[in-house]
Amino acid sequence: MIISVASGKGGTGKTTIAVNLALALDKDKGKNVQFLDCDVEEPNAHLFLKPVITSSESVEIPVPKINDKKCNYCGKCAEVCVFNAIAVTKNKVLVFPGLCHGCGSCTLFCPEKAITEEGNKVGVLEEGKAGSINFTHGRLNIGEPMAPPIIRKIKKKIKKDYNDNRDKNIINHHITLIDAPPGTSCPVIESIKDSDYTILVTEPTPFGLHDLILAVEVLQKLKILHGVVLNKCDIGDHKVEEYCKKNDIPLLLSIPLDRKIAVAYSKGIPIVKINSSYERKFIQLFKKIVQII
Amino acid sequence: MKEIVIISGKGGTGKTVITASIAALAKNKVMGDCDVDASNLYLLLHPEIKEKNEFYAGLIPSIDLEKCTNCGRCQEVCRFDAIKTIKGQTVIDLVSCEGCGLCALVCPVKAIQMKENHCGEWYISETKYGPLVHARLGIAEENSGKLVTLVRQNAQTIAKKNNLELIIVDGPPGIGCPLIATLSGTDLAVVVTEPTLSGLHDLQRVSKVAQHFGVKTVVIINKYDINLENSAKIEDWCKKTNILVIGKIHFDNIITKALVKGFPVVEYSDNTAAKEIKDIWQKLKEML
Repeated sequence: MIISVASGKGGTGKTTIAVNLALALDKDKGKNVQFLDCDVEEPNAHLFLKPVITSSESVEIPVPKINDKKCNYCGKCAEVCVFNAIAVTKNKVLVFPGLCHGCGSCTLFCPEKAITEEGNKVGVLEEGKAGSINFTHGRLNIGEPMAPPIIRKIKKKIKKDYNDNRDKNIINHHITLIDAPPGTSCPVIESIKDSDYTILVTEPTPFGLHDLILAVEVLQKLKILHGVVLNKCDIGDHKVEEYCKKNDIPLLLSIPLDRKIAVAYSKGIPIVKINSSYERKFIQLFKKIVQII
Repeated sequence: MKEIVIISGKGGTGKTVITASIAALAKNKVMGDCDVDASNLYLLLHPEIKEKNEFYAGLIPSIDLEKCTNCGRCQEVCRFDAIKTIKGQTVIDLVSCEGCGLCALVCPVKAIQMKENHCGEWYISETKYGPLVHARLGIAEENSGKLVTLVRQNAQTIAKKNNLELIIVDGPPGIGCPLIATLSGTDLAVVVTEPTLSGLHDLQRVSKVAQHFGVKTVVIINKYDINLENSAKIEDWCKKTNILVIGKIHFDNIITKALVKGFPVVEYSDNTAAKEIKDIWQKLKEML
């Protein structure tokens, strides 16, 4: 089963919910937990799960390399590139790797077969273990704009044989948790698509509500089942609860503001490590999701 | 004319709350909200929309089912797994599609057409604090970087036309395409962080991006008293990296209360946190 944790607004507690759910499920008998941190711009889950990284690979986008001996500067490559990643002058071809999506149009259409492709490193993917949790995260290189290729590579690590299995018993015991980036655009979509369920984390403020509504629109568009976790549920107003009730969105868990939790968070300590009653709460959260699915 | 952008790396550290307060304190300015994914500044500035514009960017494919022979050539060349065959019919998954147009180019019967993609709206508004340029990216859309650039360009045009001295920009979280579009060529980046390990980690990454693009950076530590040890760590790191910590703000419920009431905190209260923000603005003003 694939459960992703997302939110329109940043800093509402996505990583907290994903990490604590992972730790609670990992202690539950017979469960096999995989954790994917897809917030490759600002990955934080490792600060809490402290995984031992055992392997690392670079993520590359295939960008065109022009063979000067074969190229006759006809300009076809620039013509087919919709991303303006190639410019052709009278006797020069300029490639802008930062704009290239690696679609391969230029390579395919070059009449002289003068284009080969070479990898442009945009980030790195690391794998390891946090206790018995299988952990994967990625990091976008500084100055690189495009996160989706790294997210796609992280998601290839999902063990397909479990998730394609239709035996409920197996699905419910092999859980992939995805920590998504904030927002509503392409990196978020790439992270949460194909999930069985998405947990939306928000806070009871006008910002939290506004961005929750946007996130719900995303999930409706992607046709993914979803529910809400209300974090710091006592700091603001009741409009998030009213919105959930009105729109039939299950409120899965409410967590009050607790200075102890905030201080532990600041040190990279998960809630379940300082307050064991939360272990049960996260298991209940999971059970609610299983029932809904 | 100067432009300052308020960014954070990590989301939820207080960018928008601080931007709104600076908007209330500064004179002769225009505001831009470059968090086009989840724009929130308008919730505190209460704009009246004067001009609404459509945002088109990129191309999306559509298949003419009458022409399509389901030959599978498009599926074969697509590198984004965006074309599938469902019940014998070729279909495009627009969520996975990057809009490169290769499918349309290779289709032997020209059954695929690339069409302009409507992916959002942008607005020029009036607020009691001055003009605001803001936007809304369509749900699950791409091209946020281009929309950010549009917001900044229009804020600049307004500033020039009205002889305004300052452009105040609320930035997006992260370090990817919308952040780079917000940061490039600006005069000063103000990074709002918090004394958590995540806050420090993300501050380090976003500061490196600012450095990479040659943008001068200062730091604000919000809720600094949540963990004084981590606040000291942040200050140490900033000192080593030659980044000025321009101010620190107490953890204070009044900030959430002002937010719930829809006010910039400096207009709602005169307590410590509000005073700290005012001091920060004084120092920023001297730097510009």
